[in-house]
Amino acid sequence: MIFVTVGAQMPFDRLTSCVDRWAASCGSGDVFDEIGNTDWRPAHMDWTAMLDPSEYRQRLFEADAVITHAGMGTILTALEFAKPMVVMPRRGDLRETRNDHQVGTARALAADGRVTVAWDEHELAAWLERLDQVEVPARIASHASIGLLSAVRDFIRGPVTPAAGSVAGRLGADDDRQRRRAA
Amino acid sequence: MTSGRIKILAVASGGGHWVQLQRLRPAFAGEHVVYVTVDRSYRADVGTAPLYVVNDATRWSKWSLVKLALRIAWIIMRERPDVVVTTGAAPGYFAVMFGKLSGARTAWIDSMANVEQLSMAGRKAGRWSDRWLTQWPALAEPGGPAYEGAVL
Repeated sequence: MIFVTVGAQMPFDRLTSCVDRWAASCGSGDVFDEIGNTDWRPAHMDWTAMLDPSEYRQRLFEADAVITHAGMGTILTALEFAKPMVVMPRRGDLRETRNDHQVGTARALAADGRVTVAWDEHELAAWLERLDQVEVPARIASHASIGLLSAVRDFIRGPVTPAAGSVAGRLGADDDRQRRRAA
Repeated sequence: MTSGRIKILAVASGGGHWVQLQRLRPAFAGEHVVYVTVDRSYRADVGTAPLYVVNDATRWSKWSLVKLALRIAWIIMRERPDVVVTTGAAPGYFAVMFGKLSGARTAWIDSMANVEQLSMAGRKAGRWSDRWLTQWPALAEPGGPAYEGAVL
């Protein structure tokens, strides 16, 4: 199944209609699209306006490939499942978001080899023709980097008090931190 | 600080903000966490932890901002958290602001989606945040947000 999703905040017909045209021509019949709140209706694929979070995760988990906007929610979840993913960023000048932040997200994550980017609907149409060539990304952990977790943990526990020793070891980095502070 | 559990108010709006907050949860282990988000269906993600649902204010319309601010202020007064942690956006901004004013320690973790500049809420949140973090090293600067890692 090809899973298409553009997030809950606003529709992205430029992406979803491109996939619909492709679905018409290839007749694959196994495309599911979460299109968001829009008046436009797909003619050649299964769709819904909005999935609830558990259905959404299930669809992502079952997908062979994911076509999406450059939203971090979908990208992070798809990376957890190591799904090949084609990302088309929303553009600020077309009023698809408030600004061009998705273009920056897409560029940075493509540079890290996390996602394949289609910069416009022509590139997306081309990628749809060769989905089997979209790179499968490295699977990521279900939590943030240890560096960020340690920083947040340190912040939460606040200034060290005698009692703070009782929480040492909850994170790998905690032991080091305790030693550093003891020194 | 006492030997007891710390009360954390963990705040995120929907989609990527919520997913990123979930990825920070190992850092909350053993503490008392109260969640605030914008979608009731996210309750399934947090088990038995208490969760408040607030309106989102993504379009930055004046009325929804006022409504959101009042609701967050009420939650902070009621819960009296020791710590506020947020991954944005508008609900997180009001949470660090009212959190700071109520004496809580506050942390803003700007969304990983903001690669080239901090979000608007993120820039404004700096003055209310004891810990002000970006997830991209290039955006870290002295007197500005710091980089300690990313949710990925």
